[in-house]
Amino acid sequence: MLVYGLVLGSILTLGAIGVSMLFGILRFAHFAHGDMMTFGAYIALSFVTGLGFPVFGALPFAIVVTVALAIAIDRLVYRRLRRTQPVILLISSFGIAMALRALIQMIWGPGNHALQKGIQIPYRVLGVAIKPDHITIVVGAAVLVVALHLFLHRTKLGKAMRAMADNPDLAAITGIDNERVIAWTWGIGASLAATAGVFLALDTHLNPMTGWHVLLMVFAATILGGIGKVYGAILGGLVIGVAVEMSTLMIEPAYKPAVAFAIMVAMLVARPQGLLGGRA
Amino acid sequence: MEWAGLINYGVFMLTLAGIYAVMTLGLNLQWGFTGQFNIGIAGFFAAGAYASAILTTPPSADHLGGFDMPIAVGLLGAVLVSGVLALLVGLVTLNLRTDYLAIATIGIAEIVRLFLKNEDWLTNGVRGVAEIPKALSTTPLDPALADLLVVLAALAVVYGLLERGRRSPWGRVLRAIRESEPGTQASGKNVFAFRIQAFVLGSMAMGLSGALYAHFTGFISPEAFDPEFITFLVWVMLIAGGSANNRGAVLGAMAIWAVWAGTEFLTGKLPAEFTTQAGALRIFLIGVLVQGILLWRPEGLLPERQDGKKRG
Amino acid sequence: MSLLKIEEVRGGYGKADILNGCSLEVAHGEIAVIIGPNGAGKSTLMKAVFGLAHIHKGGIFFNGEDITNLATQKVVAHGLAYVPQENNVFPTMTVEENLEMGAFLRDDDFREQMERVFELFPRLKERRAQPAGTMSGGERQMLAMGRAMMMEPRMLLLDEPTAGLSPKYIDQTFELVKTVNDLLGVTILMVEQNARQALEIADKGHVLVMGRNRHDGTGRELLDDPDVARMFLGG
Ligand SMILES: Nc1ncnc2c1ncn2[C@@H]1O[C@H](COP(=O)(O)OP(=O)(O)OP(=O)(O)O)[C@@H](O)[C@H]1O
Ligand SMILES: [Mg+2]
Repeated sequence: MLVYGLVLGSILTLGAIGVSMLFGILRFAHFAHGDMMTFGAYIALSFVTGLGFPVFGALPFAIVVTVALAIAIDRLVYRRLRRTQPVILLISSFGIAMALRALIQMIWGPGNHALQKGIQIPYRVLGVAIKPDHITIVVGAAVLVVALHLFLHRTKLGKAMRAMADNPDLAAITGIDNERVIAWTWGIGASLAATAGVFLALDTHLNPMTGWHVLLMVFAATILGGIGKVYGAILGGLVIGVAVEMSTLMIEPAYKPAVAFAIMVAMLVARPQGLLGGRA
Repeated sequence: MEWAGLINYGVFMLTLAGIYAVMTLGLNLQWGFTGQFNIGIAGFFAAGAYASAILTTPPSADHLGGFDMPIAVGLLGAVLVSGVLALLVGLVTLNLRTDYLAIATIGIAEIVRLFLKNEDWLTNGVRGVAEIPKALSTTPLDPALADLLVVLAALAVVYGLLERGRRSPWGRVLRAIRESEPGTQASGKNVFAFRIQAFVLGSMAMGLSGALYAHFTGFISPEAFDPEFITFLVWVMLIAGGSANNRGAVLGAMAIWAVWAGTEFLTGKLPAEFTTQAGALRIFLIGVLVQGILLWRPEGLLPERQDGKKRG
Repeated sequence: MSLLKIEEVRGGYGKADILNGCSLEVAHGEIAVIIGPNGAGKSTLMKAVFGLAHIHKGGIFFNGEDITNLATQKVVAHGLAYVPQENNVFPTMTVEENLEMGAFLRDDDFREQMERVFELFPRLKERRAQPAGTMSGGERQMLAMGRAMMMEPRMLLLDEPTAGLSPKYIDQTFELVKTVNDLLGVTILMVEQNARQALEIADKGHVLVMGRNRHDGTGRELLDDPDVARMFLGG
């Protein structure tokens, strides 16, 4: 159970970091994030089944295509809506989510797919069965999180991103091009989303609803960590992932998403600023 | 023959449009007038549908009840159940910021869906509730026309109530809350109570709409309607029609429903090998349409009126 | 020749104009001061220079180049730096990172300039690893000025740099402005509520009322003007 929790938590973390960063920069909850994850997974699927790539050979392509899609949507739609209230962006992203999911269904059909064929032989570690995929997912997520940390704290662009999340006007005054930072934020958010989608498809199966179904948990993780805070998203993702999987010991598995939701609501009411505190 | 078919089709479409219009009016009270971002519409819709279905069906071993009550009682029950659900949800979430409320309401809708799907004793699970009685079935009216009449009557009642509310001091307070909450609080109004009222009343309209739908189709199951799609379509209707304008909400519901029906003709012309994808294509088109509306006509067909006069 | 020239500027944030034909010129090496009642549009004028308020009539020229309605992030490259009245630091970033952001457009080595800033504000050096959001108002004001200095600008716009400071800090700030101007040759345009002290160090003063120039003159002239004295200098 704990292993499943960590696996799910890693995936949620990757999604939640993207949602959190986008919120920090653009001030709206990105409702199309789950479907962006699905999209990335399907691109990987096409490379795997169509061209015979290994899953990890397909991942970079999935990332590139998903990033291109995200930036294109931003340029075409979100960018022009930025001058209005952020809530308009929220509605818009809800529409994008529907359209994207419909597009996925048109291209790849409504059925289930598996990214990886065949059964994996689990390792036995201390009496616990662990599938190689699980290790890949957890380690992969950890590597990405560390890389992101270094990016945000060691590079000029990463610092500019943090500056803009703090205060976009002041960032512009110091010469930071807001639009460029926004494009990079989409780039990172979409990369992580595509990776999360591929991991999710590895862990379970893939259909057009896959991403949408985890979106609620991704939001729960984001809020638990404090929306807009990257490090909170990591903690939030792991806590939600473990809690959701552990809950199946006590209540019916069908109610998994409800567990995430209950934690989220309790959090919103008790500590809206997130587990780690600080600015709301 | 052709004509009769066309008229039947028209009646059928108008009934569904009316059902959506009731929901759109409910959302208009929440979002248009009060600024509450509810994307759990389908949850209240489903709660209402099930409530009325269980109250009015003949006794059945498959699910709770049925209680074989008159349809009027079913509708009332639907309104009450969705209202109570909204009250519970509202008490917990209505103090939250817009984004949080949006996420919270979508969670509620998801829980309602899981609940209806998994609690077999209550709802017969995925097999659904059948034999839901039709309205006015004892009258000599054509059943399709009877449905339409009931829906239009319900729509008229909801519209009338909301219009009265909008013009009243109560409606002005709601708009003041939407514009600037701190200011309203300072002027000594209990903002929270007003927000709860708007949320509950709006959700009641959604529940009523669900009940109308149940009696219209005669059968409901968790799979019979796609919750995201219902919620999404209602939002598109409101935005297209013009939020904070009740006439706009009804007009938007009719217009978008017409567009939705129109896309069916469009996809009907596609070669046969694409027919399985037609549904997805239609949703895609609506998803693109809403972006167009937000970009080029964000105020909708009928913008908000300010005390009877058009905005400068 | 004047370094900054604002010509008959009209504009604001939306429908209503906040600036109704406002002009001023600041020559190389000068200190110019703007005073005026609250809501006169003093901050708006500075924002207009930095593309944060819209100008629909008139023009702004810096060093002979037209910078009217230039995108905000492009203004600083001309050698003009700005310390806004509020929210003028990045709260979750450390002091050092704030200063680095000040040098965002520099590709060369800016450590020397950072040392210079630390010399001007020794307090910042002590706190270099502290997040700016946890610092006192006075320290933030220092940091904001230090950040603006990182580009080694030719001109500095300061919006009420002494607001909320204790008298001792206010004196220090004015001293500092003089030092930056004298020693480093940076031209200064500042908005000030401490009108008397500001006009005393000013080469030029402007009184802005309702988005329009009411009085212009040297610092001395304005100090001696009975009208200005009555309105802004407390009798
Ligand atoms: N972002 C904004 N959007 C709309 N109106 C604004 C904005 N910022 C300021 N205003 C309005 O512009 C007018 C001038 O404001 P401004 O901040 O320029 O005054 P000021 O002279 O700097 O005043 P103070 O001495 O209080 O700092 C005020 O009426 C204010 O309400
Ligand atoms: Mg000001």
